[in-house]
Amino acid sequence: MIGTIQPHARSRSARARREIVTFVRRWPLHLALILIAVVWILPSLGVIITSVRPRNDISSTGWWTVLFHPAVTLDNYTNIIGSLGFGRAFLNSFLIAVPATLLPISIGALAAYAFAFLRFWGRKTLFLIIVALMVMPVQAGFVPILQIFSTFGLNRSYVGIWLAHTAFGLPFAIFLLRGFFVQLPLEILESARIDGASSLRVFWQIVLPLSRPALASLAVFQFLWVWNDLLMNLVFISNPVLQPLTVQTASLLSSFGQEFDILSASSVVLMIVPLIVFLSLQRYFVRGIVAGAVK
Amino acid sequence: MRNARRRFGNALFILPAGLLLTVFMIYPIILTVRMSLDTGDGLRLTKFIGLTNFVQLSKDRLFLDLANLSGAVFNNGIWLVLYVGGCLLLGLVIASLADRVRYERAIKAIVFAPQAIAATAAGIIWLLVYAPQPNIGLLNGALGAAGVQPIGWLGQPATVNLAIIVAAVWAGTGLVVVILSAAIKGVPIELVEASMIDGASPFQTFRRIVIPMIAVPISVVVVTLSISVIKVFDIVYVMTHGGPAGASRVIAYTYYVQTFEAGRGGYGAAAAVIMVLLMVPIMALNIRRFRLDDADR
Repeated sequence: MIGTIQPHARSRSARARREIVTFVRRWPLHLALILIAVVWILPSLGVIITSVRPRNDISSTGWWTVLFHPAVTLDNYTNIIGSLGFGRAFLNSFLIAVPATLLPISIGALAAYAFAFLRFWGRKTLFLIIVALMVMPVQAGFVPILQIFSTFGLNRSYVGIWLAHTAFGLPFAIFLLRGFFVQLPLEILESARIDGASSLRVFWQIVLPLSRPALASLAVFQFLWVWNDLLMNLVFISNPVLQPLTVQTASLLSSFGQEFDILSASSVVLMIVPLIVFLSLQRYFVRGIVAGAVK
Repeated sequence: MRNARRRFGNALFILPAGLLLTVFMIYPIILTVRMSLDTGDGLRLTKFIGLTNFVQLSKDRLFLDLANLSGAVFNNGIWLVLYVGGCLLLGLVIASLADRVRYERAIKAIVFAPQAIAATAAGIIWLLVYAPQPNIGLLNGALGAAGVQPIGWLGQPATVNLAIIVAAVWAGTGLVVVILSAAIKGVPIELVEASMIDGASPFQTFRRIVIPMIAVPISVVVVTLSISVIKVFDIVYVMTHGGPAGASRVIAYTYYVQTFEAGRGGYGAAAAVIMVLLMVPIMALNIRRFRLDDADR
């Protein structure tokens, strides 16, 4: 019998055939999923393709006909970077987002540690206030915060926007990190305490290193939150030279409403960093966003 | 004595956070509530006028116009139904379909990717989709190929909200897919098989077995999406500036226009206070849920 001579090959080809049959039989499922994928990709693909097409092609033929009009150019990018200040805005986005990520995480980690392990007056009530503040709309603070900033001159530099993003990022940072800290093995912490380590030392040498995954998820979440934010930057940064990409892009809309050569290139520049973060840190990214959904 | 000193030392850990939260959240919120009871001209406390701003807001046709089913509050209501409903339904469908194929990860990544990008970028992406010229906008291009005249999706009150919400659903569904997909995988396969053996159709099984099993994650998703509806601003600002003629304004947009464009601090503050009040049930829910979770540990 053939089967006894080549059992492996036969079963493999039989399995392959079976797989093909089930795949074909389930064509409605695959069709639906492919359709979903196409619907989700097409809108962004349009902007990406448009951003590298010559201005005349954009206004005369749809981006989906690009294969018939295959001209490619980087003019749109050199335009926005050269004359519309997108190079500076790109740098500004980093200058805003990096401190506005590190500050709430470090300050939040300290507080989360206290809420998780230390005893102090009003601990429970204070934490419930933090849970409540987590969903507080920024609008509830804008005008008074602006007045504080102008009193102390904080809106002329980035200090103001850093502090604002830190304050509004803190409740979630504390909530997330505390949730992670309380799940750490208590024995390790207690044995360190018995060996005479101070609270600060336990925090720094044991809790923080053990919490790298949570810190990374939070960092990715907060960084993208700040990078992608339009409203707070719009309100708190008055100097046009200091504006980040979101504000710069949104302000193009009023002057170049339907000029998609400029708009598409600027939105690609705005998307590129978040997409790199997404592709390279997908695990932390998904965790961070899912956890941050409560915000 | 030693104990008291230690507790004081412990409290130092929350001092920086407490200071920032007090100065930049709690104190401003109190001032905003006070401002909502004031004319607030030039964004300064000027003259106490009680609840006048709230009364005026309720008569402001751009804020709430029940006779014509329009206004910012009504639009937030449309958002609540269509955005939350759309994301939930699509998320549920995509999560359960993708669960049955090998390229599940790829599908989820594709649907989740827009979650990474700014609402500003998503807005421009969809401005291009909706462009009124059929040789620029994909949607009108496709309709044109089917013989339909181009439609100015964002230019007319009848379609503008729907058009923006579709863009937001495109951006927001990925989150729902990821949360619900994890939940669906937690449903024991034996239950599903037993139901199928008993003669239930796949749809019945899904409705009667799977949905009740994932009721908690679904409620989390609904709360989450509702929070973003109350806060929605960026995508509206980018796509339409609340137009045409205020037709796509939402509460957060009213706040912005009144405060920063009209300089009516009190009127704007009243809109902000309404946003906070809408959040209060969600805060209560979060606190309750946290207390239950914490008691479990």
